[in-house]
Amino acid sequence: MMHYLSQKEVRALETKANEIRQSIIEMLVAAGSGHTAGPLDMADVFALLYFRVLRHDPKNPDWEERDRLVLSAGHICPVLYATMAHAGYFPIEELLTLRKFGSRLQGHPHRTSLPGIETSSGPLGSGLSQAVGMAIAERMNNEYTSKYIYCITGDGELDEGQIWEAAMLAGKEKLHNLIVIVDRNGIQIDGYTKDVMPLESLRDKFEAFNFDVQEVDGHNIRVLNDAIGKAQAIYGKPSVIIAHTIASKGVDVFERDFRWHGNPPGKGPEDRVPKSEQAKVALEKLKTLAGAIEKADS
Amino acid sequence: MFAKHLDKNIGTEAIQYSPNRVGYGEGLKLAGEKDERVVALSADLTGSTKTDAFAEAFPDRFVQVGIAEQNMASVASGMAAMGKIPFIASYAMFSPGRSWEQVRTTIAYNESNVKIIGAHAGVSVGPDGATHQAIEDIALMRVIPKMVVIAPADEIEARKAVLAAAKYVGPVYIRIAREKTAIATTEASPFTIGVAELCLEKDSAHEKTVGIIVTGTLLHTVLVAGKILNEEGVGASVLHMPTIKPLDKKALDDFGKRHDIIVTVEEHQIAGGLGGAIAEYYSEVAPKRVVKIGVNDQFGQSGTPEELISFFGLDVDGILNKIRNII
Repeated sequence: MMHYLSQKEVRALETKANEIRQSIIEMLVAAGSGHTAGPLDMADVFALLYFRVLRHDPKNPDWEERDRLVLSAGHICPVLYATMAHAGYFPIEELLTLRKFGSRLQGHPHRTSLPGIETSSGPLGSGLSQAVGMAIAERMNNEYTSKYIYCITGDGELDEGQIWEAAMLAGKEKLHNLIVIVDRNGIQIDGYTKDVMPLESLRDKFEAFNFDVQEVDGHNIRVLNDAIGKAQAIYGKPSVIIAHTIASKGVDVFERDFRWHGNPPGKGPEDRVPKSEQAKVALEKLKTLAGAIEKADS
Repeated sequence: MFAKHLDKNIGTEAIQYSPNRVGYGEGLKLAGEKDERVVALSADLTGSTKTDAFAEAFPDRFVQVGIAEQNMASVASGMAAMGKIPFIASYAMFSPGRSWEQVRTTIAYNESNVKIIGAHAGVSVGPDGATHQAIEDIALMRVIPKMVVIAPADEIEARKAVLAAAKYVGPVYIRIAREKTAIATTEASPFTIGVAELCLEKDSAHEKTVGIIVTGTLLHTVLVAGKILNEEGVGASVLHMPTIKPLDKKALDDFGKRHDIIVTVEEHQIAGGLGGAIAEYYSEVAPKRVVKIGVNDQFGQSGTPEELISFFGLDVDGILNKIRNII
């Protein structure tokens, strides 16, 4: 259900997103590998989903009535893990086991390793299909269901043909309980999406597949919340929210640079910050931002 | 000689023929009647895979995904995550052929309760030619952890396999064929996932022995060949192995001890299929000569099913010739 957010609630979610970003940096540094740009730029969306939108119970991850969140872009799992830890699914200290031998926090999510992970993902394009399957199955049980299936995709991921197979089926089946959020950060491993494989007009593409399309600022919590509320209210078609994000959001010296797609702090491009300083600089930038959020309304 | 539960007309003109895909269609509908969690998905091949009886009986539990096999595999995974028992059916060449990675990641790695039906498998698809002749599917599915792999012999066994798969919790691949094949098993024949059945016991009077292991629709052909071998003075037994994974190791241990040479027969590449699985096992426990009859690193081609089965040495004469040469 759509909820209005007070200014205080918005600031609290921004603070939560900032904490998630700090955890992302810490876990990536501990892992020594992994993806930086996508997890950082989706922190606002994840904070909003897990602390405001999703019907879920971190202490009872298998609760039958929960909403489902399918992370199709499995490589941005640091943001999923960090958010889940902050939400109480598992101890925050466990984040530092990311990508390590024996960890429940596999390099790409593994459903049966960690309670609360709805599906294994990593190979791109198949998460949306699974979300579509969940939405169809749920609707078989209850035509007027209010159990929502959220699916997070990347934008580079939309190059995959399977995405459009899934989108075609979602449109055909009029899956009103499916809400897709696209991380439109404009980058992928090899470069900018406009160079690697132009996606525009993305709105037209999804509309042609019978989706309700919203394009919003992926860092504006209030706008995102309103968009999700509107998507929940849509009946007769699936929804997609194209969340325009800034790659590596929160660490200005990493922002908008595709070379941060698949490198952790300490192994990223050196032209702005030397490798040895990257982790420290990132955490300092985020702590400064945290202070700014606290002071914003005072 | 032949196991008592088998059809009495094996090797005679009275034996009945039917495509084992018909058994899939019957089994799916029965499974749907028994358990409302059973759902079916089709990628525009509802009629030829025999999914249509279910689709007509349970239109609300049938999903037509269009010609999109990769999507079908992952949609089924999502449905299974919500408690459904999805059966996905297409031609084996496309599903799981084209959708292998989706099957591996979104079905098997997820431990998803999805049943994959690979129809029109083998060279006996005939005139459609090599593009439509899946002879690699057993290998593709067998290497995936958690996957159960079944190639039923005939219509009756296909029905039993589908019902067993619906009850089994976890991913299952069932390989079925287009053409009519002899129905060698009966309603009385046992079927349990992971259990092989001794269908012909060798004539103990013969000194030389050959143990033939067969999977899929060649069971009747192999039984006929085995009977002839016994008449010729070779002690031939036939172990029917519809489940290729998990292997029935107990049956193989016993079968291996009691025969001089093992021969495997399948309508599939010998690399990675039944022959590969059996050779892998025997080489670990008791090195034994395993001669593999199947398709040997070739593609199929157009022709009638009979022409192709004969060309690849999978008819009675082809099997007999091969075994006579090695004895």
